[in-house]
Amino acid sequence: MNGELELFRTETRDWLESNCPDSMRTPMLPKEVVWGGRNAEYANPDSELWLERMAAKGWTCPQWPGEYGGGGLSPAQAEVLAEELARIRARPALTSFGISMLGPVLLEFGTHEQRLEHLPKIVRGEIRWCQGYSEPGSGSDLASLNTRAELQGDHYIINGSKVWTSYADKADWIFCLVRTDFEAPKHQGISFILFDMAGAGVSTRPIMLISGSSPFCETFFDDVKVPAGNIVGRLNDGWTIAKRLLQHERTMISGFGLAGGQAEGGGASEATVESTAKRYRGDTEKLSDPLLRDRIAQFKIDSEAFALTSRRSAEESAGGGPSHISSLLKYYGCELNKRRCELLLEAAGNRSLGWEGEGFDAGELSLAREWLRSKANSIEGGTAEIQLNVIARRVLDLPDLTGILRGKR
Amino acid sequence: MSVSLRLNEEQQLLRESARGFCREQAPLSLHRKLRDSRDADGFDRGLWRQMVELGWTGMAIPEAYGGYGFGHTGLGLVLEETGRTLVDSPLIATVLLGANAILESGSEAQKEELLPRIAAGELLLAFALDEHIVHDPARVDSTATQGNGGYTLNGGKTFVLDGHVADRIIVIARIDGESDGADGLGLFLVDAAAQGVEITRTIMVDGRNCANIVLNNVAVDADNLLGGSATTPEALDRILDIARIGLSAEMLGSIEEVFERTLDYLRQREQFGVPIGAFQALQHRAAEMYNEIELSKSLVRAALAALDDPASSSARIARLASAAKAKLSEAFFLVSNEGVQMHGGIGMTDEFDIGFFLKRARVAQQFLGDAGFHRDRYATLHSF
Repeated sequence: MNGELELFRTETRDWLESNCPDSMRTPMLPKEVVWGGRNAEYANPDSELWLERMAAKGWTCPQWPGEYGGGGLSPAQAEVLAEELARIRARPALTSFGISMLGPVLLEFGTHEQRLEHLPKIVRGEIRWCQGYSEPGSGSDLASLNTRAELQGDHYIINGSKVWTSYADKADWIFCLVRTDFEAPKHQGISFILFDMAGAGVSTRPIMLISGSSPFCETFFDDVKVPAGNIVGRLNDGWTIAKRLLQHERTMISGFGLAGGQAEGGGASEATVESTAKRYRGDTEKLSDPLLRDRIAQFKIDSEAFALTSRRSAEESAGGGPSHISSLLKYYGCELNKRRCELLLEAAGNRSLGWEGEGFDAGELSLAREWLRSKANSIEGGTAEIQLNVIARRVLDLPDLTGILRGKR
Repeated sequence: MSVSLRLNEEQQLLRESARGFCREQAPLSLHRKLRDSRDADGFDRGLWRQMVELGWTGMAIPEAYGGYGFGHTGLGLVLEETGRTLVDSPLIATVLLGANAILESGSEAQKEELLPRIAAGELLLAFALDEHIVHDPARVDSTATQGNGGYTLNGGKTFVLDGHVADRIIVIARIDGESDGADGLGLFLVDAAAQGVEITRTIMVDGRNCANIVLNNVAVDADNLLGGSATTPEALDRILDIARIGLSAEMLGSIEEVFERTLDYLRQREQFGVPIGAFQALQHRAAEMYNEIELSKSLVRAALAALDDPASSSARIARLASAAKAKLSEAFFLVSNEGVQMHGGIGMTDEFDIGFFLKRARVAQQFLGDAGFHRDRYATLHSF
């Protein structure tokens, strides 16, 4: 068994050596991330080549079954692949919500036909997905959502609006939560449906954020016609899928927290907080500010403990997929990323406070924007407070006050 | 590929049997009884005999020296369980510190003579390092002067765990070198009854046994110097790091226990007509404690696994030891304080057990370096 795995490692290493372009082994700027889609943009032509080669092996989705275009790797093989990719510091060939969120729930809840239709296009980066969850009146109380889908013949007619839809203006398709039963209790009237953003009646409007960028959109549906067969899972049982997908999303977002925990090796090659502090403070050996030094040490210890916890939870679930532990990872990972951004600003002093124009280099100008962007980490994908609720109720089995009060009424 | 952080079946069984044993034979009421009776030993010799029979004394000792070769993870799991019921026993001083000091620094003859006796429960040890109010392992002023085919020890030691019951005391004294330097320190095996050794038991807030020790012209044979010469700073670090990791494992058990007791109370105690655990103000604090405990557990598992992995560098072990001791000290502080606060008035009573964990937390935080000490060391190890 171990021999087979080592053989796989050797073959993988050789393949990567000859197929991963040199420019794909360098640190990546945010604008160079490959999202795929009908209107895919490649800042570097090597990115397209790298995606083609990885997708041909199914290695953009290493553990998905081969019949749906995936790599069909075992968890152990996938770990080897990840290690070998990290070893040469390879960039991710493809980043997408189809990979991290939709694909896993289609594999769990979708029909064979739905998987055949959508998964291979996700693997190859042909279709870019966005997530229709939050609404203007439904943030933390997501299940109160009001976007309506009414059956007319063999189609649903969808009306309503979504907000904080990441990259809706660039996406090709949307996985969307809609209300299909208007009388049932709020959790029991929701369905999970897929549709093409190019269809009539869909419009989007980007939202300018405090960081100066517009990754999120408002999304409007005006009599959008969607085939009834596009519902995933059972009608009115969408909340089950919605929650499952959130676990995948939270696990993905928790990855932000791994940026500071390089003690276990691998990961990004970005400058660490301590190297940034030493450079800007002019310290060669020991950081001269003892308070900053102590806070960075505390941050690094927590980051290392977090990376170990992420690994341990994966080992303990042993392929069983994410669980409520995803709330711990999401909560802590986001808090760590926010701490990292705060420490970077503190480390670089007023060099970190530039907004635009002359006087700052590109790295410095990105510090303040990344810091502002990080504030969304503990809001998106379920707020920090919602994660603590999930842990208290689902993991620690503490009583539900709303339920108790409802029973007494 | 790195060592797995998941316990294997054998380790899980060991932990379950240790948990059952502690629950039945060494519950918290035993700790209370020892404290209330002002027990002269400070631990139960009958219980210790049973622990020896279970093989706990030989857990991390190689089979060649009469042990069972369960590794540091094995001993760590046992300590985690003894931490749950705050078991007073010589495990930390004799097995974790004493046996490992001999294993790491002793000569072959010393290992062959002493380790089987430790495994058999025939020998109790203490490790006398600290001389000041805070842990500072290089700051050793006790001296060992060479002459007459041996050494003469002078100095004073404090916060020596089990110092008053040990048969032999491992005294760290300066053979030469700067008074603040890590070089030139010797580990001497001193008979507790030797001429010039003055031991004063100190009753600590957590009820464990410590002692102040004065060494006044104590004569020690040359063959009682571990390894026959001054120890290297690396060897002393390794001994201390093994002990810090083991202590972190014990702290983890105490943290888990105080947390579970607190959760039980939150589910049961009713005010305003509902269990107080239904209030979000308490739920969120409980969830944050859970997060800190899970991170703490990962560090302890990784540090123990690193000790058992021959491929681990000493730098990696040192980093993990300091990360674990810093993190566990903070987590224990948090959870023991919240434990008392969430129990309200009853948490302040001596009759209720929760306060024992708060007391133990303070002592365990201080022992072998507090969070500040270890964050400083961690930063230095990471070159910043």
